[in-house]
Formats: sequence, C-alpha cells, structure tokens
Amino acid sequence: MIVAERKPFEEIKAMVSGYKKVLTVGCGTCVAVCLAGGSKEVATLNAELELALGKDGISPGAATVERQCDMEFLAELDPLAEQYDAFISMACGAGIQFLAERFPDKPVFPAVNTSFIGVNLDVGWYEEKCRACGTCVLGTTGGICPVTMCAKSLFNGPCGGTNNGSCEINTDQPCAWYRIHERLSAQGRLEQIMEISPANDWSNQKPRKIIQPGYEERIKALQG
Amino acid sequence: MDMKSGSRLERVLKAGHFAFTGEVGPPRGANVEALKKKISYLKGCVDMANITDNQTAMVRMSSWAASLFCIQEGLEPNYQMVCRDRNRLAMQADILGAYSHGIRNILCLSGDHQMFGDHPQAKGVYDIDSMQLIQMVKQMRDEGKFQGGADIDEPPKLFIGAAANPFAEPFEWRVHRLAKKVRAGADFIQTQCVYNMDKIRQWIKRANDMGLTEQVYILPGITPMKSVGMANYMKNKVPGMDVPDEIIKRLKGVEKKKVADEGIKIACEQIEEFKEMKGVAGVHLMAIEWEHRVPEIAERAGMLPRPEV
Ligand code: SF4
Repeated sequence: MIVAERKPFEEIKAMVSGYKKVLTVGCGTCVAVCLAGGSKEVATLNAELELALGKDGISPGAATVERQCDMEFLAELDPLAEQYDAFISMACGAGIQFLAERFPDKPVFPAVNTSFIGVNLDVGWYEEKCRACGTCVLGTTGGICPVTMCAKSLFNGPCGGTNNGSCEINTDQPCAWYRIHERLSAQGRLEQIMEISPANDWSNQKPRKIIQPGYEERIKALQG
Repeated sequence: MDMKSGSRLERVLKAGHFAFTGEVGPPRGANVEALKKKISYLKGCVDMANITDNQTAMVRMSSWAASLFCIQEGLEPNYQMVCRDRNRLAMQADILGAYSHGIRNILCLSGDHQMFGDHPQAKGVYDIDSMQLIQMVKQMRDEGKFQGGADIDEPPKLFIGAAANPFAEPFEWRVHRLAKKVRAGADFIQTQCVYNMDKIRQWIKRANDMGLTEQVYILPGITPMKSVGMANYMKNKVPGMDVPDEIIKRLKGVEKKKVADEGIKIACEQIEEFKEMKGVAGVHLMAIEWEHRVPEIAERAGMLPRPEV
C-alpha cells in the first residue's frame, strides 16, 4: 500500500488560513489503513482546525471517499463542492492531484506527506519496500529489493561499508545485500548474483502511463 | 609491452616492480598552495597518488581538478570517481575531460553515503554502481563506445582501478565480489586498510586459488595508526574496518610519545610481509592527514628509490 504521514498542524493551518469554507477530504483506502488520512484522521484534523481557527469563523466540512485516485468516487463530491472555497486532501499525492484535477478552479492543500510504497509491520508501523523503479529484479535478488532496501540502490552489492549485517548508514538498518546473499545462499541460488547486473533503465524519471493489454482500443476511443 | 593506458602505475606493475601508491585529499576550498604542499611530500616517494572524490561525502576541490595540479607538480594521479554524485552522462564527460588532460588512472567507487557528509540532505545519484562504472570505463577504452552504445571519437585509455574490502561479512562472498570486479574490467585493486593479517592472507589465498591474482594487480591498503584513540575509532566507528585487539594492545604497550612510531613500525612489518606474499603486487599507503610523514614511511618500509620505468 501507499504509506503517508500527517503533516504538522502548523503547516496545514498556514495553508488554509484565509479560506472560510474548507472541505477536508479523506481517502478510504491506503491512507486509511496506515492511519494517516481516513475518516478518523479527517475528524481529528477538523477538530484541531476548529479549535485553532473557529474564532475566525472557519468551520471545516468533512467527506471521505472510497478512493481519491478514481474519478468515479471523486464525482460523489460534485454536489458538495460549490459550498466550499478550498479543499484539504488527506489522500496520497496521486489522490491529491486527482482531486485538484476534478475541481481545477479551487485550491487543494495536502494534509499528508506521501512517504512510500510499503508494508504493515504492525498497527501504526510501516516499512518501505518498493520505489516503483519500473524494472523489477526481485527474481534474481531473493525477493529483496536492492533499489529500495539498499541505501545506495546498488545492483551489484554489497558496498565496502557493509557492517556485520548492517548498512553503513545505521546499525539498525540491515544491509540489503547481506540479506540477499544470505537468502540466495540458503536457497542454493548464489549463481543468480555471480553475473554482473547491467546499468538500470531508470524509466521512473519521466511521467509514466500504462495501458494494459486488451484496453488499447477502448482508450483510443476515450481519447477521441 | 602491450599497454592499456601507459600510466606509470601500469608500467611499474607490468615491469614486475612492487608498486607503492599514496593518497592525497583535495582541500576544502581553493587553497592550491596547501594541495601542492601535500603533493610535494608524496612526489618521488610513491608511484602514483589517489586523489579522493568528495571523500566522506564532504565537498572538496573536484578530484579531476586536483589531479591536474598533481600532474603539473610531477606526481601521477589516480583519479577517484564515486557513483554518489554524478549520473552516467556526467561521469563519461568527466572521464573524457580527465583523459584529455593527461590523467591515466581511475579508481571506480560507490562512495560513502551522503548522510555522512556536510550535505546530508543531498540527493544521492547512484545512477550506476561501482561495478557498472568499471564496466563502462572498460567499454569506453576497449570498444570505443559510450555506455549508451554510440561510438567515441578518440576513446580514453585509462588504467582501471577498483576497491575491495576483504574483511566485510559475508566473508565467503568477498572473493566472488572481487571476481565480479575483475570480470567487469578492473586492472588493479586497492583494498580497505588492512590490520587483520590472518584474514587478508586467507582472502589472497582464495584469490590465488581462483586464478584472480593472475588477472588483476592487488594492492592491500596500509594506514599507520597515529594514536590509540585512532585505533579505537577505526575499530568501533568505521563501518567495514577490522582492527584486531593485538594492534591496540601493541600501541598501548609503548610510551605515549612513541605510539605513532609504533604505528609506523606495524605498517612497515605489514609491508615486509606483503612484499613476499604471492598474489600481492604492491601496497597502497593511505596516510590520512599525515602526508608529511610519507617520505619517512617510504624510507623505513624500504620503498625508496622508486623504480624508473
Ligand atoms: S551497506 Fe549494504 S545496504 Fe547499505 S549501502 Fe552498502 S550495500 Fe547498500
């Protein structure tokens, strides 16, 4: 899932001050699961805003849609939109941008920092696992991502700083390449990393779109 | 003799001499005089000097620029290049420029993580890693092609160096990693500072057994300990460093005034052993902020005069 963190209140307050009618929009999917931007967090933020800005006559509205990264769900906000002069979005960066695209004449302010694609380690505890580089090598690296889990994104690690199983940046951070070696060695597949892994194709350096096979015609028609 | 680059280092090694290389850190500013002073200590005492590239992720005068001062002063540079600060376009452009100005050796490194330096918020580039950098320089030299495949008009002929850490875990992987660097195209290897002689003996032996030492020149790294504090720091604080307790005990065993001298004595004993060790082609002296002691160390280690090649 996509993991996000609520922005500090002062930052949000500074963005919305000056707007009287503000709608705080949550998202019911990833950011709800990681406790950053679901309906509960919308209520919490609104309570804080009311406390701080209520004296200025600001009373934020609340709405949480299933997914802000989907126009179908954003359409639910259409009837509400005209009552507000600004939005706060608690979705990930994708949701925030899609909301802004849905209502291009209104300012949209982010209330979270989108942090990473990650996993649930426990309630409230998440770890980054994927950088969406676009060229997955997990098949040869024992299911451990060298782009994300190695602090230098090395394809032929470990570097000279590897420190008894830890990464050079921090003894609490495992060295990805130490673990890749350990796992492949246990599986008897060390030959997977004997060959030199070639320079990566960093296709994530430009805005990307994907059309799944079978949908080309439909999309051509949509684009007119 | 068939030369890849014709660098002094390459000539020394190919003539079968025991190579002796040094290291110069460029200044934290444009203080050319300070740089020239450091260079003057090494000149004539070493076959060439590594010029570090934003070492420990601190901004310094660029490695290629300091390398040019080195050439002007009559000391052959080994142009260090880290993957942290440049993408493949910038790297290849710098390699062409460096070669055009007479630089003939390059050392391909990953680089310390940017969080250790004075700009911890910088974006680490790591477009390619050190293995891929070695491969790229070799392809530029031997095939006359850029990484992207296009032809180079007058390819750069560089003697390609790489680093190795024989001590880091997993130990069994270290020699495979060396093999990978050799396959990528490394001509010579400079290792992490060596203090654990047992471990380096084992590593060299495995490299000999795998036939690697016939394909690449290995220069173990030597850094004399200046003080007990330095030894403790290296042991406990520097990732990937292996300092056995005996070294610390030996340094503690002499009067405070004589500790640095004892450190040099240990280094000279190591060099003596390396001169005799099969598969070792020379040593690399990293006398960090101790450049003025290099002539004395070279003398005591029996490294002078350096051969004419
Ligand atoms: S220590 Fe391991 S994880 Fe950290 S940068 Fe080096 S190879 Fe990557």
